[in-house]
Amino acid sequence: MESGLREISYVDAGVEALREEMARDESIVYIGQGIGPRGGNFRQTRGLWQQFGDHRLRDTGISELGATGVGIGAAMAGSRAIVDEVFLDFTLEAMAQIVQQAATAHYCSNGKLRVPLVIRGAMGAIRNAGAHHSHTFYAWFGHIPGLKVATPATPYDVKGLMKTAIRDDGPVLFIEHKALYNTKGPVPEAEYLIPFGQARVVRQGSDVTVVAVSRMVSLAEQAAEALAAEGMSLEIIDPRTVVPLDRETIAESVSKTGRLAVVDEAPEPYGFSGEVCAVVCEHCFGRLKAAPLRLCSEPVPNAFSPALEGRMIPSVDRIVSGIRALVLSSRSQTCRTQ
Amino acid sequence: MLTAVGETPGVETLKSLYRRMLELRKFEMKVREVYRSGILPGFVHLYVGEEAVAAGVCLHLRPEDLVFSTHRGHGHALAKGVPAREVMAELFGRRTGCSGGRGGSMHLYAPEYGFMGTNGVVAAGIPLATGAALSAQLRGSGQVTVCFFGDGAVNSGSFHEGLNFGAVWNLPVVYVCENNLYATEMAFSRATKNPSVASRAASYAMPGVEVDGNDVVAVQAAAREAIGRARSGGGPTLVECKTYRFLGHHEGDPGTNYRTREEIEAWRRRCPLSVLRERHLAPAGVDAGWFAQAEKEAEAWVEEAVEFARNSPEPDPETFRDHVWA
Repeated sequence: MESGLREISYVDAGVEALREEMARDESIVYIGQGIGPRGGNFRQTRGLWQQFGDHRLRDTGISELGATGVGIGAAMAGSRAIVDEVFLDFTLEAMAQIVQQAATAHYCSNGKLRVPLVIRGAMGAIRNAGAHHSHTFYAWFGHIPGLKVATPATPYDVKGLMKTAIRDDGPVLFIEHKALYNTKGPVPEAEYLIPFGQARVVRQGSDVTVVAVSRMVSLAEQAAEALAAEGMSLEIIDPRTVVPLDRETIAESVSKTGRLAVVDEAPEPYGFSGEVCAVVCEHCFGRLKAAPLRLCSEPVPNAFSPALEGRMIPSVDRIVSGIRALVLSSRSQTCRTQ
Repeated sequence: MLTAVGETPGVETLKSLYRRMLELRKFEMKVREVYRSGILPGFVHLYVGEEAVAAGVCLHLRPEDLVFSTHRGHGHALAKGVPAREVMAELFGRRTGCSGGRGGSMHLYAPEYGFMGTNGVVAAGIPLATGAALSAQLRGSGQVTVCFFGDGAVNSGSFHEGLNFGAVWNLPVVYVCENNLYATEMAFSRATKNPSVASRAASYAMPGVEVDGNDVVAVQAAAREAIGRARSGGGPTLVECKTYRFLGHHEGDPGTNYRTREEIEAWRRRCPLSVLRERHLAPAGVDAGWFAQAEKEAEAWVEEAVEFARNSPEPDPETFRDHVWA
């Protein structure tokens, strides 16, 4: 890649994006709990308050409904607002503002109002935080017309997608994964933006298309390594934004491999995994050699004990055995859906 | 708690307030008539009886100032200066409406007039207005934001969280509660123990004012002070206007199942138009001829709006996808 490539963490990539955008555009205001002098619960705003001050880094009490509504109102009135819910879980306190106000204002005003807003929250299981701090309902937002949803899996994508999200004139849910914050990866020093709706082909392969989101991308990569040793070739696709969704890249890949597995930390029912299966069935049903496979969290609240939580979330072992069975069972058949 | 004080405006201002209130009254009565004839889609919540609040508050707003409104918001839109024909056409669902037919009564938007929306969700406008005021503060624009809401809003979390932000950040916003005593059918006295909304301002360390919401002179005095305070960096104010809706919650609700006829009649005797006429205009020598003329002009004004709406085209169905994404 470009010169000036460094290894930085997922969380620092976000801080860099914010620092560059806030320096570039004075209309940006960042609102959230603990995002000031403390630098964010996950250090996700470290150093920004020191650089941009109280005026633009609006540290708040614990008041997600109010803070989110304030961010939406500020965006309607001419600012660019970023509201940090810290944990995705706490968007629940503000759901009515996000769904009823942010998502509809542009449409209902006949395009006269714009809501340049980023709602930021980190999802997923980490260190057995328990049911109230581990939700993965990112796909809900995809059901609401007017909301875009970014789910970066790498530091490179965090930085490039965050900059795009901030410059978008509509509301964007920017959903990171808590367990990825300390992971590192290459990020160029030179500026770049990643357009929404462009999936990343993480790994090319010929036997099965694996669509994975957020933390599940790295688990899918580990599974691909293990299965390569058995002579199976996995193509891994990370959509990077689930809205807009890069249907073409997914459909092209499945047309080539004839098999689909979706790996998702969210549970199956009514979720992203089902959406991808539907897209594939609509676009390349005739190319499928086997029914699509979903490897998701079990539909139970996140349990506390490591023994329990470890059982419910997809693991590398579960992904390996699931995909192995998918490939082997369909190698000598045209289709196993019958 | 403060009491609104200040000198009474001159007779020309009083006359313009009367005309404005009359326009709002005529507009709503026409909407009622048209709605009952079955040609309006959707639902409407009429402002009849509460005209003094919108007229009195908006008297002191500038074109660039911002207003966030409620489900009962036709009067707020008109008082902020949105043309009647654009509001009426929106109620008809026409292409020429202020929201292009995408919004309707509870989603009237005209930011070009500083009108930031009616709202189908009770209390939702309170955090939004607070945010708009934050934006004004950040941009140093000098704009004041006014947030209208009813008594039905004040027991929600949005009220608490919005006012708390407004106060702690000293934002240029005025919170105007139109306390008409009923949230749909729920009496305020049954919904909460403290009968005073204005007194809640103390919880946020902001000034709270209670005024007779049917006396436009009192309303405008309180608004002048609150808007002036906001504009000069003095932070927010909570203004409680005690008022009453003469009609039901929405068109179709008789409004008499949960309110006694005596109560309704008592408030009707305190109609904001009569109050202004009897307390201020008649004593100042404004004669019956002037009132008759004002009546005629307001009727013509509404008639023009209805004609415009009736003759406006429907939105092109093929445009239904436009403006989902900015």
